[in-house]
Amino acid sequence: MTHDTGPVLHAKGISKFFPGTIALDEVDLRLEPGEVHALLGENGAGKSTLIKCLTGAYQRDGGSIHLDGQEVSPQSTADSQRLGIGTVYQEVNLLPNLTVAENLYLGRQPMRWGLMARRRMNAMARETLAGYGLDIDPAEPLTAYSVAIQQVVAIARAVEMSGKVLILDEPTASLDRDEVQLLFSVIRQLRERGLAVVFITHFLDQVFEISDRATILRNGRVVGTRVLADVSQKDVVTLMLGRQLEAQVHERKPAKAGDTLIEVDGLGKRGMLEPLSLALREGEVVGLAGLLGSGRTETANLMFGAVPADQGQMLLRGKEISVSTPREAVKHRFALCPEDRKTEGIVGDLSVRDNIILARQASQGWMRPIPRAEVNAIAERYVKALDIRLASLDMPIRLLSGGNQQKALLARWLATNPDFLILDEPTRGIDVGAHAEIIALIEQLRADGMALLVASSELEELVAYSTRVIVLRDRKQVRELAGAEITPENIVHAIAEHDAPTEEVAQ
Amino acid sequence: MIRSTHLPLLVTLATFVLAYALCASAYPSMLSTRVVANLLTDNAFLGIAAVGMTFVILSGGIDLSIGSVIAFTGVFLAVVLRDTSMHPLLAFALALMITTAFGAAMGALIHYLEMPPFIVTLAGMFLARGAAYVLSTESVPITHEFYDVLQGLYWKDPSGGRFRLIGGIMVLTFLVGILVAHRTRFGQNVYALGGGGQTAKLMGLPLASTTIGIYAISGGLAGLSGIVFSLYTSAGYSLATVGVELDAIAAVVIGGTLLTGGYGYVAGTFFGILIMGLIQTYIVFDGTLSSWWTKIVIGGLLFAFIVLQKGLTWATQARRRTTTGSAAHS
Amino acid sequence: MIGPKHSTFKRILPQLLILAAALAINLVVFPDFFDIDFRNGRLFGNLIDVLNRAAPVAILCVGMTLVIATRGIDLSVGAVMAIAGATSAAVVVEGHGWVTALLAGLGAGALCGLWNGILVAVLKIQPIVATLVLMVAGRGVAQLITEGKILTFSNEGLIHLGAGVVAGVPTPILVWMALGALVIFVVRRTALGMLIEAIGINERSSRLAGINSRVLLISVYLVSGLCAALAGVIVAADIKGADANNAGLWLELDAILAVVIGGNSLLGGRFSILASLIGALIIQSVNSVILLSGMPPEFNLVIKALLILAILVIQSPRISTLVYMLRASGPQPQPDTAPLPKTQKEEAQ
Repeated sequence: MTHDTGPVLHAKGISKFFPGTIALDEVDLRLEPGEVHALLGENGAGKSTLIKCLTGAYQRDGGSIHLDGQEVSPQSTADSQRLGIGTVYQEVNLLPNLTVAENLYLGRQPMRWGLMARRRMNAMARETLAGYGLDIDPAEPLTAYSVAIQQVVAIARAVEMSGKVLILDEPTASLDRDEVQLLFSVIRQLRERGLAVVFITHFLDQVFEISDRATILRNGRVVGTRVLADVSQKDVVTLMLGRQLEAQVHERKPAKAGDTLIEVDGLGKRGMLEPLSLALREGEVVGLAGLLGSGRTETANLMFGAVPADQGQMLLRGKEISVSTPREAVKHRFALCPEDRKTEGIVGDLSVRDNIILARQASQGWMRPIPRAEVNAIAERYVKALDIRLASLDMPIRLLSGGNQQKALLARWLATNPDFLILDEPTRGIDVGAHAEIIALIEQLRADGMALLVASSELEELVAYSTRVIVLRDRKQVRELAGAEITPENIVHAIAEHDAPTEEVAQ
Repeated sequence: MIRSTHLPLLVTLATFVLAYALCASAYPSMLSTRVVANLLTDNAFLGIAAVGMTFVILSGGIDLSIGSVIAFTGVFLAVVLRDTSMHPLLAFALALMITTAFGAAMGALIHYLEMPPFIVTLAGMFLARGAAYVLSTESVPITHEFYDVLQGLYWKDPSGGRFRLIGGIMVLTFLVGILVAHRTRFGQNVYALGGGGQTAKLMGLPLASTTIGIYAISGGLAGLSGIVFSLYTSAGYSLATVGVELDAIAAVVIGGTLLTGGYGYVAGTFFGILIMGLIQTYIVFDGTLSSWWTKIVIGGLLFAFIVLQKGLTWATQARRRTTTGSAAHS
Repeated sequence: MIGPKHSTFKRILPQLLILAAALAINLVVFPDFFDIDFRNGRLFGNLIDVLNRAAPVAILCVGMTLVIATRGIDLSVGAVMAIAGATSAAVVVEGHGWVTALLAGLGAGALCGLWNGILVAVLKIQPIVATLVLMVAGRGVAQLITEGKILTFSNEGLIHLGAGVVAGVPTPILVWMALGALVIFVVRRTALGMLIEAIGINERSSRLAGINSRVLLISVYLVSGLCAALAGVIVAADIKGADANNAGLWLELDAILAVVIGGNSLLGGRFSILASLIGALIIQSVNSVILLSGMPPEFNLVIKALLILAILVIQSPRISTLVYMLRASGPQPQPDTAPLPKTQKEEAQ
C-alpha cells in the first residue's frame, strides 16, 4: 500500500553503542504512509533499541531521523509524541487507577472555568472510542476492561496525540485470538487513515496477517526488508535466525546411554505452558528450540520451580518429587542459569566470590558457613576452569562483562554439583570467545554424565550440542528431533510449519 | 457493580456510621450539635494537615515533616506577634509563604535527588522542629485583639452547638481539596504519579512540577494548620503537635486511601478524621476508659485497612492473571 | 588481593574521620573533654558519657542495620522500646526477679518483631507501612501495660542494667559493645551476613539461588525487635521507671540516622554494623558538642537535619551519575552517556 508521497518517517544509518557492544549498526527504516510495517528479529537483535532511538527514550549515536521530510531529534518520549510518533507497549502503558476517559485525556483534559469538564471529557472519549469500534463506558476504571480494550485505548491515545506514526511494541503478547482480531481491525482502520504503523511481535502468523512489509534485524543490523506478499514464513525465519542454515552436519559424539534421570509428565501452567512431557537421561543434552515467546523460558522456569506448575508431575530416578520452589529444586540437585542474568541471576553488588558460592551456601544453610579457605579454593578453581577474567574475586560481579557474568553464574551452579542443569539462553549477549567456551563446557559436562536442558534461539548452537531437540511453538511442544534429524533446516521447518502434527514424545 | 476502588471508601463510611451509631446508642447526648461542633473544632488543625497528607499519599509519597511545620508556624506567629507590630494577617501570609516554600524545597530534593520521600521529609521534620526551638523553647502566648476577634467568630446552632471559624476553615479546605484532586489537571497528575511514576513519565506528564507542587501543598497546608492551631491554643510552642504526621497518615489510610498511592479520595480523609475524633470523644464520654485506647484502636483500624487494601490488590491481580491466562489458548 | 581486615578499615574510615572531627570539636569547646577519672569504683568523664548515652541508639542501630540491609525499614523500634520497658517494669513490680523481667521484656520485643516480620515477609506489605502500624499502636499498648502511669521500680538487679557499673564501666556501654560484637561475629562468621545482603540487593536472584528469603526477612525483623526491647529495658532501668509516653520517643529516627551516617544505603545491600555503631557515636558526640559548648540544645535537631541532607546528597543516585560523567569526560570520552559504571572500572584493571 505504498503511496507516492514519500515516506512518513525515514531513519537513515541509525547507530547506537553501549559499553562493549554495538546495539545498532547503521540501521535504515523507511515507513510509507498507510502501511503496516513489521519489525522482526530475535531478542537482542536491536528492535527495542531502535524503537527507543525513534521515540527519544535513547539518544542515537549516529544517523538521522526524518519525519515528513524534516529532520527531527526527539529528546524524550513526550517530545516524540508532540512530533507525531506515538508508541504503545505490550505492558499497557496507561494508568490502572484512572478511568478510561482520564487515561485518554491525561495532560490535555477539556477544561471549563479552570476546572476539568468531566462530563464533556467522557462524552468526547465515548465518541473517540466509538471511532475505534469500542462501545464502552469511559467513566469506568481502565481495569474494568480486558487487556485488548486497554490496548485499543492506548492506541487511541497515541493516535489522538501524535497521529503520524504509531509504534506497536508486542501489543498482542497477552491477547487471545478474538482480541487480536479486534486489535487488527483497529490497525486496518488506521492504515486506511494513512498512518504508518510499526508492528513488533514474535508471532509470525500475525505478521503475515496484518503487515505489508517487514524489516528484519539481526545483531543490530538490518538483514533485509521484504514485501510480505512475496515471501514465505520460512524465508523470514531464515533471515531472523541467520547465517547458519546451510550448516554442516555436526560430528556428534554418540550419546552415552545413561540411566533415566528425570521424567516429566504433562507439566504445565495455565496461561504459560501447555502440558509438556519429556525424559532426560544422564549424559544427555536436550535442546529447547522455538521463537521468542514460544515457551522456552517457561519450560525452564516450571522445571526449576521458579514458577510453580499447576499440573503434571515430575519423577526423579523413578520417584515422584515436588518442585514448587527453587529451594526444593536445589535440594534435588537441580540448577538453573536464567535468561535474564541481570534481574534473575547475578546479585550485582556482591563480590564475584560471594556470587559463586551463593547457591552452595544457601543449600548448606547459614549455620554452616563454608570456611573461607574452601570458599577461595572453590572460587579460584572455577575462575580458572571457566577462565573468568577479573581483577579480583572481591570486585562486585556487576562490573564483569556479560560473558564473565554468565561464567560466574555457571560456576555458582557447578559448585553445587548438580545432576541436572538447566541453561536458558546461555550464550545471549556475550562475546564470541566466551560463546565458544560455554559451548565447549556444555559438551564437557554432558560427557561427564550430567543431564542438561538448554533453551536457545541460536540454532547452530543447539544443533552442535543437543542429543535431542524439543521444538516449541505457541507455548506448546510441537516436535521432538533426535539424532540425524537435528539440523537447522528441520528445526526451522518445525517452527514455521502450520498445524505441525504433534508427534509422540519418542522414548 | 461496586468498584473495588470504591470499596475502601465505602468501608470507611460504614465504619463511621457504625461508630457513630454505637456511640449514640451508648450516650445519646453524642448526637447533639454541640458534640458535632466540637468534633469539627477540635480536629480542625489535624484535618487541614491531613488534606495535604492525602495529596502526598495519593502520589505515592509520605510527608513526615507536618507536625514540626505546624509547631514551627505556631512559634513563628507567636514570636512575630510578640516582637513586632506586624498585623496577624500579614504574619499569616508570611508563615504560609515560608511553609509552602519549605514543602516545595523538599519536593525538589525528592524529585531531583531521586531519594525516598520518607528520608527527605525526615530531614525536613528535624529542620522545622529545630527552627521552632531556635525561635523559642518556651510556650509563647499570643495576645492580639485580632486573635480575639477571630476566636469570637462562630455560628451558634439553636440547640447549643458552636460552629467556630477554624472548623469552617477545615471544611473549606476539604472542599477545595476535593475540587483540586478531582477536577483539575494537577489533581489528575497526582493520581497519575501515584498510579505509576514511570508510566506517567512515558505519557508525558510533568513529573518535576507535580512532585514539587504536591509537597508545596502539603507544606502550605501544614502552615495553615499551624495558623489554625495557634488560634485554637492562643500560643506557640515548639514542643506542640509532636507526632501529628502519624495521626494524619492514620486518618488518610482509615479514610480509604491506599498507602502505596494512586487510589483514594480527599472526602474519605474527612471521614477518617471524624472516625478518629469519635473514638476520642467516646473515650471522654465514657470516663472509665483510658486515653491510650485511642492509640490502640487507631492502630487496629490502620492495620485493618492496610490488610483490606492488600487483599483488594491481590484480588485485582488474581483477576488480571486469569484474564491473561485465558489468552494463552490462542 | 585486599585482605578482609584492610577492607573493613577502609569501609569505616570515613565514619572514623567524622567521629574524630566531632571529638576534636568537643575538645575545642571543652578542653578537658578527654579527661577520665576513676572515682567511687566508676569511670567518669565526658568520653564515658558519650559512650554511655549512645547506648540506646547503638543497640537499636544493630537491628536497624540488618533490616535496612534487606531493603526494609523498622519504624516501630521506639514504640517497641516503650512496650519492652513497660513489660519489664510491670514484671518486677509484680515481685519477680530481674532476670524474669529482662526475659519478659525481650519476649515482648520478639513478639513485636515477629509481627512486623510476618507483615513484611508473608503478607508482603511494604516495610514502611507494615511497621507504621506498631509505631502508631505500640505506645498505646505500652500505656495499657503501665496503666498510663510512669511505672517506677526499685529492683536493684534491673536498675543495674541501666545505671550500674561493671568493673568500673557503666553497664550500658558493656551491653551495647557486647551486643554489637556478638551480632557482628554471628553475622560475619556464619553465612548470614552474605545471605542478608543478597536478598537486599536482588531478592529475585537470591530466591532463584535457593535462599529462603522469607525466613531470613522474618528473622531480621525479629532481631530488630529484640534489639529494641533490650534498649527499652536499659532506658527504663536508667530512670528506674517505665515511661510509656516518652521512652524511645523518636529514637527510631536516630537509629535510622546512625545507619545512614554509617554509610549503609537505604536501598539495601552491603552493610556494616561497625560503621552504624560509629554512626551512633557520631550522633552522640554532636549532642555532646552542643551540650558542652553551651549552645542551646535546640540546635541539635537543625544539625541533625543538615547531616541527613548532606548524606542524602552524597548518596543520591543522580549525584553519583554526575560524578561518573565528570570522570568519564576526562581523557577517554565514552561513546555512550548511559550511566553504566561498568566500563570505567574495567578499564581501570
